[in-house]
Amino acid sequence: MSTLPDPAPEAPSAETPVAKPGRESLHYAVRNPKLIIGVTLVAILLAIGVVGPMLLDNGNPNEYVGPQAAAPDGTYWMGTTTFGQDVYAQFVHGLRATFLVGVVGGAIAAVIAMVVGFLAGYRGGVTDEILNMLTNVVLVIPALAVLLIINAYMGVRSVAVQGLFIGLTSWPWAARAIRAQTFSLRTREFVDLARLSGSGTWRIVFREIAPNMSSYLFMMFILLFGGSILIASSLDFIGLGPTEGVSLGLMLQSAQQWSALQLGMWWWFIPPGAGITAIVGALYVANVGLDEVFNPKLRES
Amino acid sequence: MRRYFARKLLIYGLTFVVAVTVNWMIPRFMPGDPVSAMVARARVSQPEAAEAMRTYYNNLFGFDEPLWQQYLHFWGALLQGDFGISIFVFPTPVGDVLLDALPYTLGLMIPAVLLSWFVGNWIGALSARRKVLDNTVLPAGYLLTAMPYMWIAVILAWALGAKAGWFPISGGYSLDIQPGWSGDFVLDALHHWVLPFLSLFLVALGGWAIGMRNMIIYELESDYSSYLSALGAPQRLIRRYAFRNAVLPQVTGLALQLGVLVAGALVTEIVFAYPGLGSLILAAIQNQDFFLLQGAFLFIVIGVLIANFLIDIVYVVVDPRTRTGMAGGTS
Repeated sequence: MSTLPDPAPEAPSAETPVAKPGRESLHYAVRNPKLIIGVTLVAILLAIGVVGPMLLDNGNPNEYVGPQAAAPDGTYWMGTTTFGQDVYAQFVHGLRATFLVGVVGGAIAAVIAMVVGFLAGYRGGVTDEILNMLTNVVLVIPALAVLLIINAYMGVRSVAVQGLFIGLTSWPWAARAIRAQTFSLRTREFVDLARLSGSGTWRIVFREIAPNMSSYLFMMFILLFGGSILIASSLDFIGLGPTEGVSLGLMLQSAQQWSALQLGMWWWFIPPGAGITAIVGALYVANVGLDEVFNPKLRES
Repeated sequence: MRRYFARKLLIYGLTFVVAVTVNWMIPRFMPGDPVSAMVARARVSQPEAAEAMRTYYNNLFGFDEPLWQQYLHFWGALLQGDFGISIFVFPTPVGDVLLDALPYTLGLMIPAVLLSWFVGNWIGALSARRKVLDNTVLPAGYLLTAMPYMWIAVILAWALGAKAGWFPISGGYSLDIQPGWSGDFVLDALHHWVLPFLSLFLVALGGWAIGMRNMIIYELESDYSSYLSALGAPQRLIRRYAFRNAVLPQVTGLALQLGVLVAGALVTEIVFAYPGLGSLILAAIQNQDFFLLQGAFLFIVIGVLIANFLIDIVYVVVDPRTRTGMAGGTS
């Protein structure tokens, strides 16, 4: 395991083995409206999450700054909460936490899925049996239920720890998909050739097999990224979110807890949910676009 | 086919053992003294009750025994249906508390899961053949699947409940009605059921519709479809074959999605204060009632395992390959 090269999830797509398909993909990528719309939307939201908090003169989004329960206006773009907290300040900080939990959770899940999927698919036999059984066991246990009891027992919670736990529980479907792909690639000639030349398992996996499914791995990471965001928002909503700072899920939780619904304070619960929906939806749409770019069969339709 | 079921049963058995072990390990391997912490957190006002809880915990955990014995005792109690005693509703056994909530959760989940699957697959299959429908279903589907369950629940409660006033936005029934099998209660419960059901149904619907649409398009472009149309087979026949092949992954997908759907049902219940497992779990977390939380966890795992087993049976019915034992190991 120590010889494992760093499988940064973004890396494979950048260094596709043959130059021509890469250029061809780029040609179709810049002409695919779904991909462009999705990527642009994610980029805008990411920019708001990164730059937004810096432009606020107030570092703490939970501070009581304004009038209580005010509707959106020129000063408070998204209104204020029952306590006079600035919803816009919470929103931009929350976006940042949301992206963070998505990246941490998605990356950890992707790494585990790749290790398990590649090993099971390439080695086969007993290794495959054991890893497959492990995958199926984790797949059947509902991740949220495990996260619920672990989180409830843990006193201190942070966005990073939450991302870690989400990553540790959400990898099985991806591992199964990678295993299936590896299975079909491992009997190809170029893999046999590499094996004959005496390359080790991980060398073959990362030099020969992984580059041939790089587009697939990249798309898988995007889905895991979106999934982590949705799971994290559910946990936050149940009251198991980070104990410090703010996230979009926590905003929804406090809106619910302080009856924003009954008070008609739509500006308190619309923005955080819309933020999550926009990020996850844009990721999915970009994913469909990518699929069309990489898969010529889908391009015409 | 026997091999297929033997494999599945082995996995479900293993999963259950792992779940029970996780449940057992967490309080034992947490830092600090869990018994005093739990008694202190429960904030029981009467000293006798606090003392009763302390002895109860010590007996239950059996901290003076070796670990392996504690583990065996835990299994022994569990197999006799003993989940411990709830702190939140103090002397009531956890099993009873959970059984009271279960009908509400099942009544919400089963129709939402099944109906969204059927309607979603139907819409998806239709949209794969009509361009106009496709252009509306696809964006709507992506929007719906990207929505967090609690957000669509909040939006529905706000629009159809608070604004329009058509449906009540909290509880499983009106407080002035006694739960029972009277006509009044059933109507009232149905009235309260609509919004939580709708929010679960809508989010799941989008995913199934998109999945089905993509699968049908994929099947229609595959070699056998081209071959059939080259032979001059009618489009209806080709579509029928495409549909039958596209349904199989959707059945597997249902098994894979169960965990997510459970999570969705839990947060939806919390939004509507619906008296099911989700609201109980929230109360358990807020009151640091770990026995209730652990019991709920085991209930959910058992429920998911049973549901998965039922889906396996359905799979055998719809996929002839499992019957001949060819594809036993693929799922």
